[in-house]
Amino acid sequence: MITYLEAIREAQARALADDPRVYIYGQDVGSFGGAFKATKNLAQEFPGRVLDAPISEDAMVGSAIGAAIEGMRPIIEMQFADFSTVGFNQIVNHAATLHWRTNVPCPITIRLPSGGTAGAGPFHSQSMEALYAHYPGLIVMTPATVEDAYSMLLDAVAIDDPVIFCEHKYLYYHLKAEALPTEAMPTGKARIARAGRDATIVTYSAMLHESLACAEELALEGWEIEVIDLRTIKPLDTDTVLASVARTGRLLAVGEAFPWGGVTAEVVARVATEGFGLLDAPPMRLNAKDTPVPYHPNLWGTHRPTAKTISARMRDLLRLLGKDEG
Amino acid sequence: MLQATAAPSPLTNPAFSQTYFAAYRWMLLARLLEEKIASLYRGGKITGGVFLGRGQEALSVAVGLALRAGDVFAPLIRDQAGRLAFGESLLDCTRTYMGSRLGPMRGRDGNVHRGRPREGMFAMISHLGAMIPAVAGALLARRFRGITGTVGATCLGDGATSTGAFHEGLNMAAVEKLPLVLVVANNQYAYSTPNARQFACADLVDKAAGYGVTGHRLDATDLETCLRVLHKAVADARDGGGPQLVVASLLRLAGHGEHDDSHYIDERLRESRLGLDCLKVAEQRLLAEGWADAAALRGVEINAQRQIDEAVATTLREAAPDPNEEDWCALATRHLSEASHAE
Ligand SMILES: Cc1ncc(C[n+]2csc(CCOP(=O)(O)OP(=O)(O)O)c2C)c(N)n1
Ligand SMILES: [Mg+2]
Repeated sequence: MITYLEAIREAQARALADDPRVYIYGQDVGSFGGAFKATKNLAQEFPGRVLDAPISEDAMVGSAIGAAIEGMRPIIEMQFADFSTVGFNQIVNHAATLHWRTNVPCPITIRLPSGGTAGAGPFHSQSMEALYAHYPGLIVMTPATVEDAYSMLLDAVAIDDPVIFCEHKYLYYHLKAEALPTEAMPTGKARIARAGRDATIVTYSAMLHESLACAEELALEGWEIEVIDLRTIKPLDTDTVLASVARTGRLLAVGEAFPWGGVTAEVVARVATEGFGLLDAPPMRLNAKDTPVPYHPNLWGTHRPTAKTISARMRDLLRLLGKDEG
Repeated sequence: MLQATAAPSPLTNPAFSQTYFAAYRWMLLARLLEEKIASLYRGGKITGGVFLGRGQEALSVAVGLALRAGDVFAPLIRDQAGRLAFGESLLDCTRTYMGSRLGPMRGRDGNVHRGRPREGMFAMISHLGAMIPAVAGALLARRFRGITGTVGATCLGDGATSTGAFHEGLNMAAVEKLPLVLVVANNQYAYSTPNARQFACADLVDKAAGYGVTGHRLDATDLETCLRVLHKAVADARDGGGPQLVVASLLRLAGHGEHDDSHYIDERLRESRLGLDCLKVAEQRLLAEGWADAAALRGVEINAQRQIDEAVATTLREAAPDPNEEDWCALATRHLSEASHAE
């Protein structure tokens, strides 16, 4: 068995082994193996290529951009996604604009240990994907499975653009797979994680698992819910989403990030503008609440969507416009 | 109106022995409180992280004691002793760690991320260095408001000196000649990262010259040194001497957090002077000077333990936050909140 976190470690090991241009830079990533052990033993296995960084996120990203211009393929580990705000300027203004301005690509990968866990509080829990997706010039990956954590990270390193790799801390240890994948869906394609015909949930990252649990629960009531895992939120695979809504007529977009704007709003906007006629009911969304992420597990558990609250919202959606015969 | 009051020097005899003993009491209280917090964490009563200031109590308490009511203090992760000496209650600590609604953070933020800004104690965010410009801003505001004679102090680690916020905050404080005391606890590591991977100057205090501020260097395993140096730095800032950069050498005698066994700390450092436990050193001094006898120390410990047990028992009886009663509104301007339809 291999965990989501081990898959991330294995992908980096393989990237280092396969491509001499790859190096890893981040706080405590060296002999310590990283705060979460995502680089365990890599400094020992690849001497000189896995370097401890000072607490200088701006310089970590800025230096990666310079190295990329010189032909390297840096992987930057933020200790927590939340601290990437300190490197925000370099990411959104420098890395994201480089190719567009100069025709020189910027192949850097920035790993963001993202999302909430119990007791982590407002500064070790954030989901920042929408912030980065807002900027032209960045690719934003949000793997929800062990297989995707592995194959998408390898893709991130290979891609000629800056990739923000949002790996979810909640999935690190308890999400497991039999083995690493030998083949993968292409980047940019969403996946139908569960087929259905009554309604579509579009989601990504840790919320995939809450959504699948919701589909499981509603199946007991006779509903067949289709669940789509976006995999990358930028680019967003609108075709797969529209095709699903064409089959089900109902849409609920679910995310763990703050409610204003964001991925779920983007999904709803695209379906409303490009697929309005496919809808049998108004599209819905469910996100975290509009406050910082709270510390106490009781508050945190209510702040984020869960299988229970997704199911409640889904029942509302199914009741709309007479599909409640279930 | 905030106005600090002048006090006679606590660092000359006969008051010195009392100051020293008082400092020791705060240090011991902090040490025992943190040990209790760690055991609550191991017992599953605290979720998330626990960060201890073990080995850093002498430095921290000296900061808290050098400040007065009316000053601003922005403590960081290893400042339990300084918080207590500055006036934070034990309940503020236990309630925040256990997420009680009755604590200053109301279960919204936890562990070391606590404070009472209105009472001069800022509540740190995690992002290292971020408190420096905030304290500088408070001092700037006092200048605007005509408040004189107060200072602001903030603590940080060796690692936090690598942040842009450290550079920007210290530089702007220097430009404005603000009464800011920046206390760097150089415990030789930032999490697992040794100083050699953090900065390349021979001594962090060398940075003071670059910013045009006064630098102080000290061995923070010795309480008297801490009390004297912090007293001077704070007094100089108060007297118009501008920002003071205090760089203290010591070792963290705990993991980065309680999840961490700190196996990466060099044995030679542990065995060096830096590895001395400031609490033990202070205790030996108290006994050697005859400022306290074994019975008095025992009394201090019993009293500390009783206060801690009381605070913990009180907190454990308090209800956990109820999400149905929680006010899910992040704004002070309530009518502009979108909470009712954004989710
Ligand atoms: C901007 C930022 N980046 C990363 C972190 C994660 N982090 C928390 S504590 C820490 C090490 C701090 O070391 P130091 O400043 O020396 O303080 P010490 O823990 O040694 O007291 C790191 C890297 C953070 N809090 N803020
Ligand atoms: Mg340190």
